Amino acid sequence: MNLSVTTHAHHAVVSPEGRLTASGAPRIKQAIKKLIDEGHARIVVDLAQTEFIDSSGLGALIGGLKAARLAEGDLRLAAASDSVKSVLKLTSLDRVLRDYPTVDSAFSDD
Amino acid sequence: MILIRVFAVLAVLTGINYVAWRWLDSLNWDAWWIAVPLVIAETYSLIDTFLFATTMWRAKEREGPESPPAGTVDVFITTYNEPVAMVMATARAAKNIAYPHETFVLDDGNRPEMAAAARAEGLGYITRSEDWTDKPRHAKAGNLNNALFETDGEFLLILDADQIPDPLILHRTLGYFADDEQVALVQTPQWFINVDEADPLGSQAPLFYGPIQQGKDGWNSAFFCGSNAVLRREALMQLGIVGYVRNLQDSTERTLRAAEKLLAREARRNQSVPELHSELKELRLKVAQARTAISDGEPIADVTYGLHTAINEASRRLVKHDLDVMAEDLIAIHALPVQRDAELGAVVIDEVGLDALATRELSPLAAVKSVGALVDALRVDRPDEAQPIQPLATISVTEDMATAMQLHSMGWKSVYHHEILARGLAPEDLQTMLKQRLRWAQGTMQVFLRDNPLAKRGLSAGQRLMYFGTMWSYLAGFAALVYLSAPVFYLSFGVMPVTAWSGDFFARFLPYFLINQLLFLIVARGIRTWRGQQYALALFPVWIRACTSAFANVVFKKPLGFVVTRKDGRVGGALPLREVWPQLTAMALLVIALITGIVRVLMGTADGTGTLVNTVWVAYSLASLSIVIQALRYKGPAAHAEEAEGAP
Repeated sequence: MNLSVTTHAHHAVVSPEGRLTASGAPRIKQAIKKLIDEGHARIVVDLAQTEFIDSSGLGALIGGLKAARLAEGDLRLAAASDSVKSVLKLTSLDRVLRDYPTVDSAFSDD
Repeated sequence: MILIRVFAVLAVLTGINYVAWRWLDSLNWDAWWIAVPLVIAETYSLIDTFLFATTMWRAKEREGPESPPAGTVDVFITTYNEPVAMVMATARAAKNIAYPHETFVLDDGNRPEMAAAARAEGLGYITRSEDWTDKPRHAKAGNLNNALFETDGEFLLILDADQIPDPLILHRTLGYFADDEQVALVQTPQWFINVDEADPLGSQAPLFYGPIQQGKDGWNSAFFCGSNAVLRREALMQLGIVGYVRNLQDSTERTLRAAEKLLAREARRNQSVPELHSELKELRLKVAQARTAISDGEPIADVTYGLHTAINEASRRLVKHDLDVMAEDLIAIHALPVQRDAELGAVVIDEVGLDALATRELSPLAAVKSVGALVDALRVDRPDEAQPIQPLATISVTEDMATAMQLHSMGWKSVYHHEILARGLAPEDLQTMLKQRLRWAQGTMQVFLRDNPLAKRGLSAGQRLMYFGTMWSYLAGFAALVYLSAPVFYLSFGVMPVTAWSGDFFARFLPYFLINQLLFLIVARGIRTWRGQQYALALFPVWIRACTSAFANVVFKKPLGFVVTRKDGRVGGALPLREVWPQLTAMALLVIALITGIVRVLMGTADGTGTLVNTVWVAYSLASLSIVIQALRYKGPAAHAEEAEGAP
């Protein structure tokens, strides 16, 4: 898994590329923590290049959501591929997190 | 297999034949107070027979996996207070497992000497993270859940601190996961090396780690037993995610419902303050909309985020309003009630003015505060728990059974691999053993009450029966009470629970009883099961206590008092007579009843056949209960061996 992080005026974007599984989970958690520590608590996880995600990957996202909310920010998902969407549905995590169509739309409402 | 099925059917049919006759045709209503409990106990046993027969119906003997072992593995050794030397013996053996893996000591005792020993051997060492401070610890389940987030192996071998693994344990089990990617669990037997042939504490469970697990395996419900098992991380994590979502749905729904009520009440209370009133009414509307949105399928995190923002803004406005009012009031205070008396040079307070201030609905702070509490309650991170995601179930002190049932309900499969691949230590004294059995039984009954398999979605009929069967067997304590007292009443006072000890009785009871025993013999395939049978009856006070305490725990939230099983020998001290007084009392009563009964026959005041039946009955009970005396005198295997050597 490759991980790239970019920061913008109102939010930061974390983009995991490839397979987000148990071995990649600690890295994404750290990246999110670092962003929050630096004051970027509004985070979009861009899943456009994420081919596959397992439950450990989802666990890392929930961990990130917790950290972001505690820092008065939020964590949102965007642009999930069909295979990622199916995992969100299988675990019913789609009942908690919305998959925004694009990174830009994730924080467009506020 | 055919033989087992024939006898299984016969056992149930003869059982129905007997118990139906007992209900319809042989109840002695004159002594209903013992006759009815007895026939209920017999019905209980018949259902037990049915569940046992079902378990054995399609017992599965596996040859071993077809696929070669594959995947990355973490070996977890769980410890709390076991001696460091014992843990390290297990850890070294774990390090020597032939298949590539990483070994971790999960030390819930957070002991520096344990950490040093593990690191000296180059092993991983994990203790609870800071997240757990002041949060429920969930014992062993919590220990494992904590470690799951510190590691990344695809498969997890779980070992108790005393379970020395065979170097081939992973080679023999990992292939099952490759054979079928729906397999989440491979359980191997627990076998104890500190137990001799006599096994007075009944530690070996050859019937359970054998025919019963194989039987459950046939219905795809082999149980997880906490140690000597390999688990698939993905399955556990999935359980954790699904559990998180479910928990969040429940808590959000509950919070929003409470919020709506609270806001309505506060709005009514503050009708005299228009700003506050309209603000609260507005918020109440928003909460109602949020509830509708969630039930319409809008994602919870989004809805609560929006609501959060609205509540925060509202309370900011309210606080500001509050400050404005206070500022005005301060000016008023300054201007009106407090005056300096020119003559006395002292401050005079205008009581009337002050009263006016106090009675004015000055401060909406209370309302703001309760709104603030709502914000806190509407969180998505399970603030009451250390981890939002808890893969291993925490609803019971036996996390293993609860977890396996969750896995099964989500469509995962389990495997029982019948080969001893780890060898451990059993409790060496009666007290420790009793505590361990109590904990198992309590945990099982907690699951029964909190997450009943008969009502649980996602389980197959067979799986429901397999889980229910284990729970049902722990109700045996109540039946035992009846079975022990009925012959005492007959032999001592001639109270008949049946209308007659007639030919009819023998014709119906004996086939049922004999076929049952035969089924047991066939199933056991030469395994010695007498010890288990003895304890099934002899531990009746433990089973009863487990049921009552689990009920009090689940229904009235009374703590169970979690007990960690000691693995390092025995607790010192005098004979634990206090622990087994019910059994000793029962034995005394049975002996007295036996003597009374014989005297009554000799005096010609009692019926010979009835006395004979009841004498045999009492003899069986005494033979079972007598194990308690053996267990009381047991001093552990070391002492046992010395005695044998010292004997001439």
